[in-house]
Amino acid sequence: MTKPLSIRNITAHYGQTKVLEDLSLDIGEGELVSLLGASGCGKTTTLRLVAGFLQPTSGTITLGGKDLTRLPAHQRDIGLVFQNYALFPHLSVADNVGFGLKQRGVSGADKTKRVNAMLERVGLAHLAERLPGALSGGQKQRVALARALVIEPQLLMFDEPLSNLDAKLRVDMRVEIRQLQRANGTTSVYVTHDQEEAFSISDRVAIMHAGKIMQLDTPENLYQRPANAFVARFVGFENLVSMKVVARDGAQVTAEAAGGVKLTLGLEHFGEIPDAFVLACRADGLSVTDNMAVEGIPTTLGLRTYLGRAYQYQSETAAGTLVANGPLSRPLEPGSAAKLVPVPDQCTILAME
Amino acid sequence: MMPTKLHPALIGFTVLVFIFLVGPLVIVVGSALSDTTYLTFPPQGLSLRWFQNIFEIDAFRRTILTSLQVAVISTFVALIIGIPASYAMSRYRIQLPRWLSTLFILPVLVPELVLGFSLLKNLAFQFNAPIYLSLIIGHTILILPYVIRVISASLASFDFSIEEAAISLGSPPLKTFFTVLLPNVRSGVIAAFILAFITSVNDVSISIFLTGPGISTLPIQLLAHMEQFFDPTVASVSVMLMVLTVAVMAIVERTLGLTFLAK
Repeated sequence: MTKPLSIRNITAHYGQTKVLEDLSLDIGEGELVSLLGASGCGKTTTLRLVAGFLQPTSGTITLGGKDLTRLPAHQRDIGLVFQNYALFPHLSVADNVGFGLKQRGVSGADKTKRVNAMLERVGLAHLAERLPGALSGGQKQRVALARALVIEPQLLMFDEPLSNLDAKLRVDMRVEIRQLQRANGTTSVYVTHDQEEAFSISDRVAIMHAGKIMQLDTPENLYQRPANAFVARFVGFENLVSMKVVARDGAQVTAEAAGGVKLTLGLEHFGEIPDAFVLACRADGLSVTDNMAVEGIPTTLGLRTYLGRAYQYQSETAAGTLVANGPLSRPLEPGSAAKLVPVPDQCTILAME
Repeated sequence: MMPTKLHPALIGFTVLVFIFLVGPLVIVVGSALSDTTYLTFPPQGLSLRWFQNIFEIDAFRRTILTSLQVAVISTFVALIIGIPASYAMSRYRIQLPRWLSTLFILPVLVPELVLGFSLLKNLAFQFNAPIYLSLIIGHTILILPYVIRVISASLASFDFSIEEAAISLGSPPLKTFFTVLLPNVRSGVIAAFILAFITSVNDVSISIFLTGPGISTLPIQLLAHMEQFFDPTVASVSVMLMVLTVAVMAIVERTLGLTFLAK
């Protein structure tokens, strides 16, 4: 019933504007993959192409080996969950959920049974006769989910389904979505701009930018080992410092940044280190200390902000302005000299671009 | 909290507006019920004989029928053209040029007399179109802008992703139009129907050019009648028109409403 999705070399235009460029993406059977990116990155376009609401300029889309590229949207057998729910305002909750079954010729007792079972699963059996207008946002999204799931589609797609809900409900709903998706084993595409949402719900995440997939990987790998500077910045590596290896000594590498700053990096943390690379560190990955005897990047501290768990400093260094965190126990004064010490497990190495 | 007190001047103003709106209706209804042979208000004596008189005059009977036929047919034609046009303009608002929606409103800006005259010249003289057909074409042109305006307004709040949801669930686009879109702009269609119907039934300036020997509409017949008589028939016809209009509104609301409720 559920099928793997394969997008091959898709290019798409809006008028003269190219919105997707040679995009390829494979989603395994039962897998949930998120398309994550800022607005205009092409994630919604990708979804609409797969749904059949847009036509690609070139490339193919196959679902379970069947070519969808030129198939009309209503013959694709894809369940869709929309950001604004898109429930039929003139139909009751039960009729909304039953709509897709009706199109498939399911009627009578069979339809009622399946609708009721699905409403039971999303906990809305008691609201079956209500009109959508009388539901809360969370209930509406449950109806939308039930409506998409009850047809047992080959593919399920979500277009920012939670962004109209408040923060607490958003977390509950995403757990619910994940559980339902897992239980049904439905291959799914999930479009969102919310990184936490994408990471928490997905098997793999595609980070998109300017019509391209910058990296497709598991949330853990994306978060800890971004493949390039864009993804590194996206997942919160605020500090990117270009460096050159000046000496290799067994498991130790000495590298130099602009302004002659030298750091010793251990291969056990970073794996292989190329001769020229970018050291990427989160703010937590640069520890601020006023002990000038340790090895680190010399700095003059700038603006200090209180984060609750740490103090954050805008730090002027020879390699540019870096953002670093220091302990609450020792607040340092802006303008004072300090050193920024890389914390290996909060830093990573990127290839030079 | 202090209860909001209405300013006396505001109350006075509201009453004045109310009188201004309802006053003429009261006078017309009153005159129609008068027992006199001339128009007068307040009515002197009460009688329904002027209502009876409408149906005794053959010309009134025929023109009432013509007016109703023309109104119903041109309203349906206008809806059949207007609904898809409004749909296209709302659905593809971004892709379509902005002047397009203005284009559909243009007939309102042309003085109706000019429209009527040009239709006479072109339809009736040039193409020798039958009077009945010319009337229907003329009325359709007259009411189409209202239909498009009203239906576009109700489509403005329609979320087209609902349509996409239906399509994704397996409903073909054309079927989706009838089962999902139309039920959701029902109130707009009803409003457009009523507005178009009333505009057609009441039209003088276009009909006056297009009516001819043997075929006339009610308002034109009224004019002709008034030229010769000054009896309360005119008022009673007006009252009848009002009642008719309310009846049409009720029927449309009822039937369309029930059809769609029974999906």
